[in-house]
Amino acid sequence: MGHSSGKSYIYEEPGLKSWFTSLDHKRIAILYFVAVMFFFLVGGIMALLLRLELFAPNTSANVGQILKNGDAYNQVLTYHGAIMVFMVIIPGIPAILGNFFLPLQIGAKDVAFPRLNLMSWYVFMLGASLAVATFFASKIDTGWTFYTPYSIRTGSSVVMMVVAAFIMGMSSILTGLNFIVTVHRLRAPGMTMFRMPLFTWAIYSTAVLQVLATPVLGITLLLLMMERVFGVGIFDPKLGGDPVLFQHFFWFYSHPAVYIMILPAMGVISELITTYSKKTIFGYTAIALSSIGIAAVSFFVWGHHMFVSGQSELAGVLFSFITMLVGVPTAIKMFNWLATLYKGSITFSAPMLYALGFMFLFAIGGVTGIILAVTAVDVHFHDTYFVVAHFHYVMVGGTLMAIMGGFYHWFPKMFGKMYNELTAQLSWVFIFIGFNVTFFPQFILGAKGMPRRYFDYIPEYEQLNKISTVGSWLIGIGFLFGLYTIIRGLTSGAKAPPNPWGSKTLEWQTESPPTMHNFDHDPIVTAGPYEYK
Amino acid sequence: MAIWTLLMNKAMADTFMPAQGTEIAKSVDNLYAFLVVVSFISCAILIGGMIYFAMKYKRKSANDKTAYITHDTRLEVLWSVVPLIIFMVVFAWGWVIFHDMRSMPADALEIQVTGKQWAWTAEYKNGVKSVDIVVPVNRNVKIVLASEDVLHSFYVPSFRIKQDAIPGRYTNLWFNATKLGEFHVFCAEYCGTTHSGMITRLKVVSQEDFDKWLTSESEIGTLPIAERGRKYFQTRACASCHNVDNPAAKVGPSLYQLFGKDESVQEGGTVKVDENYIRESILDPQAKHVTGFPKPSPMPSFQGQLSESELAALIEYIKDLK
Repeated sequence: MGHSSGKSYIYEEPGLKSWFTSLDHKRIAILYFVAVMFFFLVGGIMALLLRLELFAPNTSANVGQILKNGDAYNQVLTYHGAIMVFMVIIPGIPAILGNFFLPLQIGAKDVAFPRLNLMSWYVFMLGASLAVATFFASKIDTGWTFYTPYSIRTGSSVVMMVVAAFIMGMSSILTGLNFIVTVHRLRAPGMTMFRMPLFTWAIYSTAVLQVLATPVLGITLLLLMMERVFGVGIFDPKLGGDPVLFQHFFWFYSHPAVYIMILPAMGVISELITTYSKKTIFGYTAIALSSIGIAAVSFFVWGHHMFVSGQSELAGVLFSFITMLVGVPTAIKMFNWLATLYKGSITFSAPMLYALGFMFLFAIGGVTGIILAVTAVDVHFHDTYFVVAHFHYVMVGGTLMAIMGGFYHWFPKMFGKMYNELTAQLSWVFIFIGFNVTFFPQFILGAKGMPRRYFDYIPEYEQLNKISTVGSWLIGIGFLFGLYTIIRGLTSGAKAPPNPWGSKTLEWQTESPPTMHNFDHDPIVTAGPYEYK
Repeated sequence: MAIWTLLMNKAMADTFMPAQGTEIAKSVDNLYAFLVVVSFISCAILIGGMIYFAMKYKRKSANDKTAYITHDTRLEVLWSVVPLIIFMVVFAWGWVIFHDMRSMPADALEIQVTGKQWAWTAEYKNGVKSVDIVVPVNRNVKIVLASEDVLHSFYVPSFRIKQDAIPGRYTNLWFNATKLGEFHVFCAEYCGTTHSGMITRLKVVSQEDFDKWLTSESEIGTLPIAERGRKYFQTRACASCHNVDNPAAKVGPSLYQLFGKDESVQEGGTVKVDENYIRESILDPQAKHVTGFPKPSPMPSFQGQLSESELAALIEYIKDLK
């Protein structure tokens, strides 16, 4: 390591313009970071608003009604879903942490196509701006799934939103392509595929999914536009189309997208668990290959979203069977992380709390996923709050926990400063408890039969909804602490050493923050990523 | 299995699930109870193990030495195969019940149910149309679903069944209700503004009552319109709050000789009692409150519970109260 031979990437070139034209992967990661954080704030406020509306049923005198009417609720619901999926969870880990650390972890100077990388950000921002613009044009109310024929008939700017999602999908494809080439071409000498850190493996598997699955979403959205704009009958039965066909197309993308959202999170968890228990990962090969396994099988499970959609019984049974198979590599990962803790040296700093929180919540998200994959049981649970609870346990309890944990873990590397451990832990306590208070009652609500996307509900669901809403406030407080921790760390954090956690992966073997070229000398790799001996 | 049923089913059904209205509901709950127990055990192993290790191997000093364990093939096979076996068991168990759900009995009573934004309408073989879905107990009933506009989903939580209604084609489901009573039918597929208000009642009655209901409903169809209104007035229990043969107020205002009058309302000014005012008062009782009556009004909204023709008949009946 030695003394710094150059300025850090943050100060290499001054001025705002240098940031918006930078080809450096680390600076582009920061650009994504600022954008995604903003969208997360917007999507989060919408979530709080939805929960507030559901605090009480709308009695005859409109007591308990916060949003103006069902339309207003449906719109906020749609934007919450679309923003969180397309603008927070999907780009979250790959575009921020992946961009920053994938090249560092394999000992590269940058991604393979730096110019394309910057372009991806601009394409993403174009799509995102268009999506935000629909909010001011005429708000869409289709839900993030755009199910036909409702999305063809509802009088709102669906086409604009669909174009936005199409453009953001483009950005996702470009980023994925960039990462795949980077992994194949730019690994440092000695960095074989099976010496790559598991975070890189996960981002790599995700990139493959992004490149293969996202075009299908693009095609589907184009077909939807053709139908809406030119009246070509594809999905609308009035024009001779088939509305269920849309669901097949949509989930053919969106189920792999679920893994686009969770695989990177699993990668982060592998890094956190090894670092904070000072232990080599248990079953490296199994974890690496299970990422690929999950990615491959995830293309053939889309029909489990459609058990009651009118698809045949045989189709339902086949999709149920294949879905069970995805459960296996997921279980393998969980057990491997558990085994990694065995005989480790475990600290409870904030990133590790998030990693353990992830395991806790993802275990619940996982087993409820199996429950939903059982055909006969899903008939009852489909489109109820049970599903809402399940995917929040996976997406928030899983992915978002990993984003937060990963973010604290790499904060010293990204910004060269330490964050305040106490407020970070306090933030975790509120988020973790608040999350369970918010979403666990929703499993029971779903079992009792409360359908999702309901602006109002029958009085017997009131109590559980109240508890859930109170939980959402705790989560809100938790994120306020998180925001405080980040701002405080940025403004007055202590200077970070190159490797504050004693981690073994390559990104920690250079300065904090790294110089523009990442490493003073090209690293030569002679061993695996987790050699804690 | 019998012991299982005894222990789990009852506990589950009363606390976490809606009342079991069919035999299939019971078999679904059995499987669900099994899944919950297995899930609980799995989570206990994973989460319990995690907490145990985290406590036991808590860092003692910065120089702790840790064991270097890269893998253990036997363990890895174990935790791949055991979950796989469990998954296959619940998959097969689910399939058996699902097959039962999807096999329409040949002898079923068929009812055509159509969803439209935002109400369900049931149509019986003899031409009776009804917003409430009335079925006989202990008899196979097949629902043929259609939609007039967008996707809907016919969901009866107490029967553990659900099926999407799709415009442009028919879908179906069946059940055999074993419990008398009223059950909720929800729309479970998002369909726009009043999706959450698209709720109807499914009434399970004895065969005798069902026949009686069906006959009287079909006779209603041939009655003069105001006479039909009188019937609906009775069946909807409007008379429990509104007088029709004298001007005295009950819980709500009397409807006797009301039509055409001017009523002063708490929202300010007076309102002429015409067809649209009565319609509004039935569908949205909170829109206007007659002076001297409680606000908010205790009257429930009948939005989504009356068909247009039923509404028209009620208004016609109220017009005739002279």
